[in-house]
Amino acid sequence: MVNMENQIVTLINVKKYFQIRRGIWGTIRRLPILYAKAVDGVSLAIYEGETLALVGESGSGKTTLGRLILKLIDVTEGYIFFKDILVNSLKGEELKSYRRNVQIIFQDPYGTLDPRYTIGGALKEPLIIHKIAKSSTERMEIVSKILEEVKLVPPDEFMRRFPHQLSGGQRQRVAIAKALILNPKFIVADEPVSMLDVSIRAEILELMKSLKEKFNLTYLYITHDLSTARYIANRIAIMYLGKIVEIGPAGQVIDDPFHPYTQALIAAVPEPNPENKFRMRELKIIGEIPSSVFIPSGCRFHPRCPFAMEICKRVEPELIEIKPNHYVACHLYSGNKRYEDTINIPDKFSEIISIRSSKA
Amino acid sequence: MPLLEIRNLKTYFFTTKGIVKAVDDVSLSIERGETLGLAGESGCGKSTLAYSIIRLIPPPGKIVSGNIFFEGEDILRLSEEEFRTKIRMKKISMIFQGALHGLTPVYTVGYQLLEVFKYHSNIEESKAKEIIVDTVKLVGLDPSILKRYPHELSGGQKQRIMICMAILLKPPLVIADEPTTALDVIVQAQILNLLKELQAKFNISIILITHDLGIIAELADKIAIMYAGKIVEYGKSMDIYKDPLHPYTQKLIRSIPRLKEDVNKLEFIPGLPPDLRNPPSGCRFHPRCPFAMEICKRVEPELIEIKPNHYVACHLYGK
Ligand SMILES: Nc1ncnc2c1ncn2[C@@H]1O[C@H](COP(=O)(O)OP(=O)(O)OP(=O)(O)O)[C@@H](O)[C@H]1O
Ligand SMILES: Nc1ncnc2c1ncn2[C@@H]1O[C@H](COP(=O)(O)OP(=O)(O)OP(=O)(O)O)[C@@H](O)[C@H]1O
Ligand code: SF4
Ligand SMILES: [Mg+2]
Ligand SMILES: [Mg+2]
Repeated sequence: MVNMENQIVTLINVKKYFQIRRGIWGTIRRLPILYAKAVDGVSLAIYEGETLALVGESGSGKTTLGRLILKLIDVTEGYIFFKDILVNSLKGEELKSYRRNVQIIFQDPYGTLDPRYTIGGALKEPLIIHKIAKSSTERMEIVSKILEEVKLVPPDEFMRRFPHQLSGGQRQRVAIAKALILNPKFIVADEPVSMLDVSIRAEILELMKSLKEKFNLTYLYITHDLSTARYIANRIAIMYLGKIVEIGPAGQVIDDPFHPYTQALIAAVPEPNPENKFRMRELKIIGEIPSSVFIPSGCRFHPRCPFAMEICKRVEPELIEIKPNHYVACHLYSGNKRYEDTINIPDKFSEIISIRSSKA
Repeated sequence: MPLLEIRNLKTYFFTTKGIVKAVDDVSLSIERGETLGLAGESGCGKSTLAYSIIRLIPPPGKIVSGNIFFEGEDILRLSEEEFRTKIRMKKISMIFQGALHGLTPVYTVGYQLLEVFKYHSNIEESKAKEIIVDTVKLVGLDPSILKRYPHELSGGQKQRIMICMAILLKPPLVIADEPTTALDVIVQAQILNLLKELQAKFNISIILITHDLGIIAELADKIAIMYAGKIVEYGKSMDIYKDPLHPYTQKLIRSIPRLKEDVNKLEFIPGLPPDLRNPPSGCRFHPRCPFAMEICKRVEPELIEIKPNHYVACHLYGK
């Protein structure tokens, strides 16, 4: 079960703005510099042993958030902690040792493996970089063991193969093996099954679930698919245009969603039920997700929201608790417990960062 | 008479490494106004079947044998010229898989829609433009979009333009190959609603191709499940979802996580999809089938009617 005491990853008001290149003409004509606000003020606590699903449409900032946690890119603003380490300032050896603890599985099973290396070669590489094993035979043993864990058997045979000799599902198993080989504690899985065939997806999800138990892992599962999120996750966070708009226990967020955007997402999911043929999907919200360059004022969802009120255009709603552990950022609801106040900041940093006053 | 009837169709790719039997003895039919969902895993031959119907099979593919009757006429016997002027776009059109990138970037949307008339019809330009404006409105877009270039459109708008193009000449049959796969779930639902509306308004028949059984449930009257170039189950949508007979269909349906239910364990289909150059003997599913018997390795099961209008190709049933 998830212990809400032990935060493994903590984000405090994290922002990532990408500068948009406007080319030479933009510079000459002194056009204003524009930013894609990919992640725009996310505070989040991920607890040891849980699977947290981060769900949102394309462009909502999910991948950017995952890459920030891995420190593959740097934050524009805010703080990221791994246990009580401040990730922002990691460098050199410290960063290297952090990367042993935190790994990522990418969406594309075709692009992540270098076609020139055998599977064995690809898996040995991190062991060499991190000087894990003493000898080549020892490394082979570790690789062979991990291939067995992801059910690529017999391992000797798979070690010799090249990526193009594997199916999509097998490649994703290799990607999982690569993420696991350094014995990490935390894994960001960025759409690990969305490129796979439906029939193979289930198998990979099952594998991820069992490996999590076996190795005591914590997952951030990034997806646009609410059904797989419910299946694999303990909690679900819904992201819209760079912000979390709802977060809570997986079943509850789906069975009893509060945010109008979450409600719309859920209403839109096609289900394998033949009766659906006889009804139109009720879609209260209109249009498509706007660009992250021009984020609407107040509640960023207000231009598409069927319930938008006067206040929604002006004031940005905060995540507040509506049901136990279920938070929503929407002016339709009121409450006094702010999500941010439930996040612990490691002691030694609590003075420099006081989110509680940051709003003031 | 059915609108479209496919009889014993075989379409093979003659590659240097061997013959890929992508469509191997497929028979199907569609009535006017009916929607057929075609499902199956990647590489099983769905798109090849669609390309065969519209006669745009990429080389080295060829129709080896079989017939395709459209309103009673065998359209495989028409010359390419006859097919292009009489059938393609006018009678049968297709929304291509991955077509979101299919619009030419250098021409406006309006120009590209007008091209359709140039190739497939001899309506005069002013009339054609009128039809274009009406159809653009019909798919829920503002006609001002006609002056814009493809890169200025969102994914949803592009897909609406592709649908607009497919129904421009009001064909009775539209083939939609993965029409919503690259779209976000809300946009996808909007597009599915649009297809439902068009269906109701014009009594269009649709062949809906997707690996997503959730999407097929939204539109299909009938479903054909394809495995390794063959139809393994075929019947009314209700029957296929409620009472799937083929072990492959059963697994496929139970491998989908449900949104509104807590499922503890998903089923999955073990093993690998077959190589269509060298498919397994007997029943092509036998190496992955939990119920495979001795006979399954040797004898290919035929597609037979087990219940009224419910066909299955599996040795578990029969006689
Ligand atoms: N390197 C970059 N430079 C400029 N803009 C970027 C960059 N990376 C991401 N963005 C922008 O940031 C926003 C969020 O992108 P991100 O990839 O995080 O979204 P996502 O939720 O992962 O989407 P998807 O579901 O499509 O993977 C998008 O508008 C994107 O265009
Ligand atoms: N141009 C080609 N040359 C050789 N083989 C081909 C060609 N096009 C398709 N094939 C093969 O024919 C088989 C069927 O392919 P097809 O594209 O019809 O599958 P599909 O069911 O549409 O798959 P997907 O769901 O991935 O779109 C596959 O084994 C594929 O590799
Ligand atoms: S805050 Fe207002 S605009 Fe935003 S979701 Fe709630 S009701 Fe809609
Ligand atoms: Mg992403
Ligand atoms: Mg296809």
